[in-house]
Amino acid sequence: MNSFFKYFSDIFHGVKSLLIGMSVTGRYFFSPGQIVTQQYPENRKNLQMFERFKGEVIMLHDENNQHRCNGCGICENNCPNGSIEVIPVKITGEDGKPKRIIDKHIYHLGMCTFCGLCVKSCPSNALGFGQEFEHAVFDRSKLNKVLNQPGSSIIKGVE
Amino acid sequence: MTFNIYDFTSFNRWIDEGLNSIMSPTWALITEMAIIGIVFLLFYAVVGLFLVYAERKVCAFMQNRVGPNRVGPYGIFQTIADFIKLLMKELVYIKDSDKLLFNLAPFIVIIASFMALSAVPFAKGLHAIDFDIGILYVIAVSSLGVVGILLAGWSSNNKYSLIGAMRSGAQIVSYELSVGLSLLTIIVLAGTMQFSEIVEMQRNGWFIFKGHIPAVIAFIVFLIASTAETNRGPFDLAEAESELTAGFHTEYSGIKFAFFFLAEYMNMFLVASIGATVFWGGWMPFHVSGWAGFNTIMDYIPPFVWYIGKTAFIIWLMMLFKWTFPRLRIDQLLTLEWKYLLPINLVNILFMAFLVLMHWHF
Repeated sequence: MNSFFKYFSDIFHGVKSLLIGMSVTGRYFFSPGQIVTQQYPENRKNLQMFERFKGEVIMLHDENNQHRCNGCGICENNCPNGSIEVIPVKITGEDGKPKRIIDKHIYHLGMCTFCGLCVKSCPSNALGFGQEFEHAVFDRSKLNKVLNQPGSSIIKGVE
Repeated sequence: MTFNIYDFTSFNRWIDEGLNSIMSPTWALITEMAIIGIVFLLFYAVVGLFLVYAERKVCAFMQNRVGPNRVGPYGIFQTIADFIKLLMKELVYIKDSDKLLFNLAPFIVIIASFMALSAVPFAKGLHAIDFDIGILYVIAVSSLGVVGILLAGWSSNNKYSLIGAMRSGAQIVSYELSVGLSLLTIIVLAGTMQFSEIVEMQRNGWFIFKGHIPAVIAFIVFLIASTAETNRGPFDLAEAESELTAGFHTEYSGIKFAFFFLAEYMNMFLVASIGATVFWGGWMPFHVSGWAGFNTIMDYIPPFVWYIGKTAFIIWLMMLFKWTFPRLRIDQLLTLEWKYLLPINLVNILFMAFLVLMHWHF
């Protein structure tokens, strides 16, 4: 007798749960305002990427065209596929002592896997991720970028 | 010529008489057959392509996506582009496959659905063949398709295909019972198997209202079993792309694959139109006996629109099933049929017979 009732309660429970599922998809079907897909090339003008999006590695510059990179080379050592080359240069500081600053921070975008180890390991938080993602170019050499902007200098106090 | 959108009988007679007056009766018959064949081919292709588009659009909306939207306005030419692509693809020859059966299988599948489509009444007089055993014919012919699926799996020399085909065989052998019995429930009520008469009997109320409780149960069982019979999700074990890559049509490419694809969608259309005809009155407008004014207003909507509307709604329901429920395991599939649907169906048909004997139906 017990199994007899179980048979019918199984049917009703099954039908009920199926109807719940169908009501969810049915609701989605009749509310096209909920569509989350973005139509990419059309919405290019006002496309807003997420803050955590890893588009490319950039060097953060402030409004005075100053960055925080002292050319220590830790990012270069940490990069698993050698897509970073730091070229330092020795100059004489204001106090007359020799000082090491960067000449070029070269970033090979074509080799980068966007693992984020360089950004994570930078002791002075000089690197970050940019949101730019349209990287297609016709010449591979254009993927080799110099991250420190021309004429930029280091912020005082981060050496 | 009297072309009437509400009744095609006179239009058909006009064509028949016109052809008979210019050629001998034999040639007139042959010409009529050819005309009907071409019309059905065109209808088949157009409906098949449209259903593929509709399926993609419906599934996209159910998943909060947009769906095809690049080829033409709202992507309506997407399936035509896909079809052209499939036509131009190479037909890959499979090593050690049974060449004859491998090539024959898609045709068996598509011919089965084609033959079954001929018995469907689209509107008054718009009917290729009006058998007096129409329902029996449709059940018999539509189950021929499984032979094609079995052959496709068996001849491909591929284990995935074979497993898919075997699953499909077990599935259709089981679910054919439920489809037949649920249609039989309505035949008990109608007392005939002829489609035109079944539609005509629903002039003062569709069978799902006339037969109330057992008709509703039979309709639900029919919907479940016919979804399984067309090999659609959640019963698409024969394809099961996550387990068997593509099941029975893994080895098929190009136009042969397109045949399977088209046949699947046309089977869905066929099953939906059988369901609409038997349970919801086919092309018969919505009539309530006694409300003469309401009935005349409903009569102004052309029968073809009624037929397409009902069929489209059932197709939409089947798409809702596919995009809501997860795929069943083979043991769950057989449990559902043999432990639930079949006993319910058998009790239901007895109930319906009792109802008809006592004249408790409307």
